[in-house]
Amino acid sequence: MSQPIRVLLAKVGLDGHDRGVKIVARALRDAGMDVIYTGLHRSPEEVVTAAVQEDVDVLGVSLLSGVQMTVFPKIFDLLRTNGADDMIVVAGGVMPDEDVVNLKKMGVSEVLLQDTPPQLIIDTLTCLVEERGAR
Amino acid sequence: MNETFTQNPLEKLRGEIEHWESNEVAAFLSKQAERKEQFFTTGDFPVQRVYTAADIAETPLEDIGLPGRYPFTRGPYPTMYRSRVWTMRQIAGFGTGEDTNKRFKYLISQGQTGLSTDFDMPTLMGYDSDHPMSDGEVGREGVAVDTLADMEALYEGIDLENISVSMTINPSAWILLAMYVALAEKRGLDLNRLSGTIQADILKEYMAQKEFIYPIAPSVRIVRDCISFCGRNMKRYNPINISGYHISEAGASPLQEAAFTMANLIVYVEEVLKTGMNVDEFAPRLAFFYVSQADLFEEVAKFRALRRCYARIMKERFGAKNPESMRLRFHCQTAAATLTKPQYRINIVRTAFQALAAVLGGCQSLHTNGYDEAFAIPTEDAMRLALRTQQVIAEETNVTNVIDPVGGSYYLESLTNEFEKRIFEILDYVDENGGAIKLIEEGWFQKQIADFAYETALRKQSGEKPVIGVNTMVEEDENQEIETHPYDYSTADRQIARTKRVRAERDNARVETLLEELVSVAKDETRNIMPVTIELVREGATMGDIVEKLKPVWGTYRETPVF
Amino acid sequence: MGVYLPSVELIARVQRGEPAAIGRLISRAESGMAEARDALARIHKLAGRAHVVGMTGVPGSGKSTLVSQLAQRLRAGGDKLGIIAIDPSSPYSGGSILGDRIRMSDLSADPGVYIRSMATHGATGGMARAALEAVDILDAAGFGVIILETVGVGQDEVEIVRASHTTVVVSAPGLGDEVQAIKAGLLEIADIHVVSKCDRGDANRTLTDLKQMLTLGIHEQAPSDWAVPVIGTSSVSGEGLDELLGAIARHRDLASDTDAGRARRKSIAEFRLRKTAENLLYDRFNAATAAASAKLAEQLMRRESDPYSLAEELLSTTLEGEGDHERDVHSKSA
Ligand code: B12
Ligand SMILES: Nc1nc2c(ncn2[C@@H]2O[C@H](COP(=O)(O)OP(=O)(O)OP(=O)(O)O)[C@@H](O)[C@H]2O)c(=O)[nH]1
Ligand SMILES: [Mg+2]
Repeated sequence: MSQPIRVLLAKVGLDGHDRGVKIVARALRDAGMDVIYTGLHRSPEEVVTAAVQEDVDVLGVSLLSGVQMTVFPKIFDLLRTNGADDMIVVAGGVMPDEDVVNLKKMGVSEVLLQDTPPQLIIDTLTCLVEERGAR
Repeated sequence: MNETFTQNPLEKLRGEIEHWESNEVAAFLSKQAERKEQFFTTGDFPVQRVYTAADIAETPLEDIGLPGRYPFTRGPYPTMYRSRVWTMRQIAGFGTGEDTNKRFKYLISQGQTGLSTDFDMPTLMGYDSDHPMSDGEVGREGVAVDTLADMEALYEGIDLENISVSMTINPSAWILLAMYVALAEKRGLDLNRLSGTIQADILKEYMAQKEFIYPIAPSVRIVRDCISFCGRNMKRYNPINISGYHISEAGASPLQEAAFTMANLIVYVEEVLKTGMNVDEFAPRLAFFYVSQADLFEEVAKFRALRRCYARIMKERFGAKNPESMRLRFHCQTAAATLTKPQYRINIVRTAFQALAAVLGGCQSLHTNGYDEAFAIPTEDAMRLALRTQQVIAEETNVTNVIDPVGGSYYLESLTNEFEKRIFEILDYVDENGGAIKLIEEGWFQKQIADFAYETALRKQSGEKPVIGVNTMVEEDENQEIETHPYDYSTADRQIARTKRVRAERDNARVETLLEELVSVAKDETRNIMPVTIELVREGATMGDIVEKLKPVWGTYRETPVF
Repeated sequence: MGVYLPSVELIARVQRGEPAAIGRLISRAESGMAEARDALARIHKLAGRAHVVGMTGVPGSGKSTLVSQLAQRLRAGGDKLGIIAIDPSSPYSGGSILGDRIRMSDLSADPGVYIRSMATHGATGGMARAALEAVDILDAAGFGVIILETVGVGQDEVEIVRASHTTVVVSAPGLGDEVQAIKAGLLEIADIHVVSKCDRGDANRTLTDLKQMLTLGIHEQAPSDWAVPVIGTSSVSGEGLDELLGAIARHRDLASDTDAGRARRKSIAEFRLRKTAENLLYDRFNAATAAASAKLAEQLMRRESDPYSLAEELLSTTLEGEGDHERDVHSKSA
């Protein structure tokens, strides 16, 4: 019996679209993971503080408001200053393809957008954590 | 009891159905089973193989009735689209007031007959554009409005006495309403000739859209103030749009969408009645907003049942006397959440069918979504095509010639009855469990919505709910190239510059005095918050000034999410 | 953090209060890996200064909200504060959605507050397995007050008493039959009773009911001169919060220098010892018997033997098979 994967799901900024993130939370829980949800309207600082304290395997950010190119650079900066750069960061929601390319360059491991089947999200996270190995 | 069907023909019909089932149907089934054992609507109502007169034999003819007459099942007006088709109201909003103003004028030039404004997140949530929470969000998902000056730019050159203007705005709605009033007064317009609406339906925010600032009680009080202010001063203006749309898009079933709006309606009416106003003084201006989904008959039945439920609630529960207090009028939007990124051109087809359902259901105004819905806020091209879709229905299909043309369909009438019955069942549950506000606090509505949303996601995953291009008819290596709306990164600077200018030019002492007055009005439940807010925006107060001033007074709302 | 850092190397950083190191060491404790044992032993020696407050009560009684409010007040007084918030795992999937933290989001920008959510993962008693290790780690990191919020199961939460210096039991109006909820083993364990949500009209009845019930029972290990207070609070109006903080402080001072206080600390230590041994035993038992139990179950199914005899046999295989059974994730993947 290994420890369940720990995931922090975050909504950053003023975005209130939470239908998707709640589906993800439920799917991950039903797959046996421990999920911490930040709730709406959090700042990058709050999200990273929580992710570090909770020492999650995966920080998942859900964004449908288009602010990804403002938010993710802040998140990565904060992770670095907190000495938590081994955290797996994934994103989901609505984002244009060119942003997806840039986010991946920035260090986002996976971007899973509209209509991603929940099972694929589960499999992707499981795989990322396995690849990372012990920590 | 019922003149149309006497006992004998009905019994004869039932006998015939039985005979048909055991002969023709059975013979076919023995060769090939039907596609499914049981068929359901999108909202999970089981449906029969066929509907006949027997299914509506119990329905009193007056329940179906006539358009423009109680219980308004067939439409709020006696002539409906024969006099004037619905208002074609494509939503627009991005960048600064000037940017969106251009789009408005373009849409009007293309034949649009009403305006609808989408605001950016800071405006929706009551932050000024230069607040840290606004970073990256200014003018991105809608138009930025901080001050009256922004609103002036937004509606510059638009004849507000002759076009109705809708504003999709909620917790900060009263401030925008105040700006709208101040703008009209500045232009010397007659408030009683302004038509349009603010959304201002705060309860569905806690349930679904998640735009909130203050706790529920003071927020409902603001809504109450808007309704009673408009009831007295803006005779043609709709001070609220009680919305099922967002409830649906957050994942609810059509039944939940319908029933939850009625639960919210009851709260608002009760609140306004407490001020001593008579129901007929404000009810004629209550307006609604619903989604139109793909399941055509279910949607038409939903709209019809809603009109009937509303009429009964207003008459029986609230004792309305004026028939205008009993007729439900609604704006409609096609279902954005059904639109997809893969093979996005299919979205045009989806939207057309959904728009048809809205029209067959008798909507008063309509927004059709763009084919680029799943990508970004819409381009001019996407909006023009969506508008053309409405124009085709209005001009080329002739469905507008006859009122409630699908009324009388055995299936539709049965489904309408079923909807009505289940809506009232849910309302009974809400009443028995302490009312809508208490159930919002307990997360009951939110849980119902989340459950249906999750169920829908699993059904899409399994393929049980087919989505063309996504889980069936998938095109490998599809070229998804599309031109999308670009975000102009100069927006925030341009916007903040104007806000700073307004702050620099205003009489700060005067604003401070008014803000103190605002606080004392806020603390006194019996006073109306509108007059002082109008005064404030006229004097150059920003939305942030007003919203922040009241946070220490009322506190802020933090939701307990339910999964 | 990059490469795998041995747990002992985290100690110094934990002592400096580095959040990432604290977080990581708690994760290692949760995983139960043998590699972390040395480090945790040293941490235990370093700990012992913090005041541990247990917070329990039926689900939805307002524990997390109250913790958040108390924390803000304690912070204003300069205390660094650790919070361990325990939520139940789903019995079906073993997963969880840990919701307490959301209620504490007013604290989320404050580096002086460390919040850690934990799932029960099958542990009973409203606690999570590594909760006590987490307390030690936060203690060693210099958090002066540590609040443990248990699962709101309302039953069998007595373990909290054996883990905390001061136990606060939260009841709320409007959660069905209040007295019933209190009866569920929670009445006697409280050092302090709180009735939350006093902004609600029906709170008075809960207060009266509770006070009445209390006159009937006696706290098992309270210092003799401690009269269990019943405090009404509201996180809406702020009512009662200072009073509650005062009561917690008085309880702490009183217990520090009395026989009853010493007895409490001893019982905490004893509980910790037994609990740790129990966990070790449980792990070893599971690891050692996995194969044997499947085989013995066959015999039981065929009724070739009886449950007791087979269980004895199973036990003897475990006890014989002593050795190093612990999971060691590190050695597998380093
Ligand atoms: C439903 C919806 C709404 C609902 C939201 C209800 C709710 N509580 O969620 C309502 C009607 C309230 C709404 C309102 C608004 N909306 Co809206 N909305 C949509 C819509 C149609 C669908 C989103 C959705 O829920 N899909 C279903 C869920 C299940 O999918 P999902 O969220 O994408 O999640 C999936 C994946 O992305 C992924 N995922 C999501 N999060 C995460 C996180 C992680 C870690 C992982 C691994 C995966 C993952 O898994 C999920 C399951 O597959 C989209 C357009 C579209 N078709 O995508 C517009 C859209 C997102 N909205 C938009 C806008 C502008 C708004 C408003 C600002 C409009 C306004 N001015 O008033 C408001 C803002 C509301 C707010 N508070 O923020 C724009 C955003 C533009 C942009 N980003 O550039 C969009 C793209 C529409 C458009 N074309 O204009 N909206
Ligand atoms: N009116 C009122 N409501 C409160 C108060 N404290 C908490 N609540 C509400 O009660 C609900 C439960 O609060 P929580 O703090 O999550 O309760 P909890 O005991 O931690 O819940 P679990 O961890 O799930 O067992 C929330 O909706 C709170 O907003 C209060 O003082 N007054
Ligand atoms: Mg809690």
